[in-house]
Amino acid sequence: MTTMFTPDHEWINIEDHEAAVVGITPHAQDALGDVVFVDLPEVGRTYKRGEVAGVVESVKAAADLYMPVEGEVVEVNEVLRKDPALVNRDPMGNGWFFKVHVTRMEQFDELMDPPAYDKLLKNL
Amino acid sequence: MSAADLRHTALHELHVELGAKMVPFAGYDMPVNYPDGILAEHRHCRQSAALFDVSHMGQLRLKGDDAARALETLVPVDVVDLGLHKQRYALFTNSQGGILDDLMITRREGDLLLIVNAACKEADTRHLITHIGQRCTVVPMPERALLALQGPKAVKALARLNAEVAKLTFMTGGAFRLAGADCFVTRSGYTGEDGFEISVPADDAVVLAKTLLQEPEVKPAGLGARDTLRLEAGLCLYGHDIDDKSTPIEAGLTWAIQKVRRPGGARAGHYPGAAAIEAQLATGTAIKRVGLVGLERMPVREGATIFDSHSHKLGHVTSGTIGPTVDQPIAMAYLAADHTQLHHEVYAEVRGKRYPMRVSAMPFSPHRYYRG
Repeated sequence: MTTMFTPDHEWINIEDHEAAVVGITPHAQDALGDVVFVDLPEVGRTYKRGEVAGVVESVKAAADLYMPVEGEVVEVNEVLRKDPALVNRDPMGNGWFFKVHVTRMEQFDELMDPPAYDKLLKNL
Repeated sequence: MSAADLRHTALHELHVELGAKMVPFAGYDMPVNYPDGILAEHRHCRQSAALFDVSHMGQLRLKGDDAARALETLVPVDVVDLGLHKQRYALFTNSQGGILDDLMITRREGDLLLIVNAACKEADTRHLITHIGQRCTVVPMPERALLALQGPKAVKALARLNAEVAKLTFMTGGAFRLAGADCFVTRSGYTGEDGFEISVPADDAVVLAKTLLQEPEVKPAGLGARDTLRLEAGLCLYGHDIDDKSTPIEAGLTWAIQKVRRPGGARAGHYPGAAAIEAQLATGTAIKRVGLVGLERMPVREGATIFDSHSHKLGHVTSGTIGPTVDQPIAMAYLAADHTQLHHEVYAEVRGKRYPMRVSAMPFSPHRYYRG
């Protein structure tokens, strides 16, 4: 399994553990509504698991984006600054937020796999 | 409050059928947006026509020859001289001059029609009965729904149901038959656009709403778009931009107090808090409500603290978002009065960082009312 989920509705794809891709789930973007602003983390900075690494703001609310696993941010999706609605249109693809060099692989195994996340959504 | 305790408007099933996202609001289960989303609904209202269910709001009638004079004892507003079928914005004040609620008053044949905020309607009804219930009859109208059809093409759509509505001008009203229902229609709203508010018997509301939604110009819009539209229009939201701690003068609503009710006027004073409000009219206030526009693309929301360039606290934001039409951060805030001059630069704190904003004239998006 290369894509895992957090209970806070982030996803992380670890195909390349030196540049694992992080974004928010279709459920998260749907709950927020039209995204009008994103605040992205600092490239080169290391964030602990659970640390606030960004902010997503819709017309009606702001939500924190939490770091799914510890690691150093190696790239942010600059396109989102100009076109934040990309998060709504393609949350699992082009609407990614940042890439992280994962330093503690064991934390990845503690995330939810797709069936576990689907179960969480069903029980919301 | 659990979902089961929430009240439903007459259009509740229709909202669900249309795919609305329902949220609790003022004790009601209300649509915050439909599948198109807040931004699209907002834009559709500015460009065409949007239909809102605002049936959660309170509708009341005041009956009796003395109703207008009696109502003037509760609002700093000229009700006595309000002409037949004319509508006016008003405020219930408390003894300190704070605002208990804001409302619309329309003089009809035989009564005054009051539209009050959903969250305040029970308290307003008690307030009216307690203070003027001896002088007039206070009649709540839970049997009526309220629809708002707003936008530059609202008149085109509504006139297909009854051509006579096109004769109304901004802040006037009249009785009209629409889709077989006896409605009372005013040309007013809460979006800054031309449009109508339609009081309709609850039993006829679904048919009327469905009829309007079949018009090519009309799409449904929820409370989310209603909020961004009213903010761009510079209109206060009760409980946020105005409340029982803010006075009409601090809120920049002095225009709502007609000359006849101010010192020197024929029916000056004699409403709750008149002394406090008259003192502020004479000498000004320490704080004022202003509009702010963000110089950086960062939404500044309710509760954000505003500072001057020396980190002195100036006040706080009461409403804010990125305005979908103006496409920049907009907000309302109460600031120290000496920092409220137009174009003055202040700093909003968001998540520990300061962002520059400029004091701006309101509305942020120009009003487009039909004045005839």
